[in-house]
Amino acid sequence: MTESAYVEKLRADKVSLWKQTRPLISRLDIELTERCNNNCAHCYINLPADDKAAQARELTTKDIQNVLLEVSSLGAMSVRFTGGEPLLRDDFEALYLFARRLGLKVLLFTNATLITPHMADLLARVPPLEKIEVTVYGMARESYDAVSRKAGSFEAAWRGIRLLLDRQIPFIVKGALLPPNKDEMEQFEEWATTTPWMDKPPSYSMLFDLRTRRDSEAKNRHVRSIRPSPEQVLGILTRRPEAYLKSTKEFCSKFMSPPGGLLFSCGSGHGGACLDAYGKLQPCMLLRHPDTVYDLKTGSLKDALTRFFPALREMKATNPDYLARCARCFLKGLCEQCPAKSWTEHGTLDTPVEYLCEVAHAQARYVGMLSESEHGWEVEDWRERLRRFSGKEKD
Amino acid sequence: METEVRMGSVYAPSEDVVAREIEGEIIIVPLVAGIGDMEDELFTLNETGKNIWGRLDGKKTLNAVVAELAGEYGAPATEIAKDVSGFVSELLKRRMLVAVSG
Repeated sequence: MTESAYVEKLRADKVSLWKQTRPLISRLDIELTERCNNNCAHCYINLPADDKAAQARELTTKDIQNVLLEVSSLGAMSVRFTGGEPLLRDDFEALYLFARRLGLKVLLFTNATLITPHMADLLARVPPLEKIEVTVYGMARESYDAVSRKAGSFEAAWRGIRLLLDRQIPFIVKGALLPPNKDEMEQFEEWATTTPWMDKPPSYSMLFDLRTRRDSEAKNRHVRSIRPSPEQVLGILTRRPEAYLKSTKEFCSKFMSPPGGLLFSCGSGHGGACLDAYGKLQPCMLLRHPDTVYDLKTGSLKDALTRFFPALREMKATNPDYLARCARCFLKGLCEQCPAKSWTEHGTLDTPVEYLCEVAHAQARYVGMLSESEHGWEVEDWRERLRRFSGKEKD
Repeated sequence: METEVRMGSVYAPSEDVVAREIEGEIIIVPLVAGIGDMEDELFTLNETGKNIWGRLDGKKTLNAVVAELAGEYGAPATEIAKDVSGFVSELLKRRMLVAVSG
């Protein structure tokens, strides 16, 4: 239909609907469950699908509907349903329709194994208005099932993906680079280009996070053992050297500078929040330190967003090692160090994570911003180095 | 699909869309497929459309809406009727409105 005098089309992903102010929250991420029907060893959160104790603690349908009502009333335009595997919840359809009927867009993170013809029909009839994000664990039964550690999951996932394709439900795919599928990147990326909604190569998780509940040292040992070395990470990131350099230059010109003593230098808790499966509100999905979570069952989203999170964002680091290194390091934009990573790795908010530090330094040395013997926190002329690398002045 | 506009009829927002108010603007969010050309398309109404939309409550006829707007804005009813009819016609075609009676 052509444009008219009365109705104007909007692409909410391109244009902010908020022109004069900002909503208290633009999107709420909701972990509908920590349970998953896969059993991936690299996962930071998964519990068995039949974990009755976990299921009994999960927010009820009504609890989540009340949260959706509040998030909509505060101006959010979208929610993310994630997990665990969100489609495991018996009330997924009810929650999905409830959110959509509030005018919320729904971003669904799924492994696609539980997408049935009925679910695909629903998603086709009532579109989520956001591309579904499907994580693909392998291009072959052997690799996929070796990652998911669930027999039959390969067939289930690809059946779900075919249903999405058949019904033209927009989705993108992501990968998780693990020993069983590490040789399938080219095959995966080639296939990804054949799906209609991928406008760039798929992203991968590879710097796997430790258990965010800090509930299993054995699982954490395994995660550490399957992480690629900093050199391997660099090799993967620079497979397409020109594209890597271009994006890194662009990124560095915007996001590189020493973060200083404030703990939160990211946007966590500012315009967004994450709700865990049991009613605790977190500034980000990984950060479950008891000092940084808010009990939504005894409070409100508005209170968390206007009082609790702003106070968090004023928190300062006290760890001398962090203050001597991370707080003074201009590689912030290349480094994933943050309170959440410190929490998962060390149970604190401000302990340097050596692995992340090494990955950041490997990248900085590759692009010539550091010499082999230098560290990011020792560099006095970091602005000049950034300017030389990116060709732009740091704001 | 009935798209003929009858001024003696009553119209209401369709259940195929959800209307939200953001900073005083009406944002129409499709609920079902096929409302927009793109899957993630949203819509907003201009000032005229906004004033009419708020009165299409499933109770008032379009004639009553015209009379109300004419009284409020002091404009000729014939001019307002053109806008009301044009607006309703377009939103019926877009499946954003439905006839409740008439």
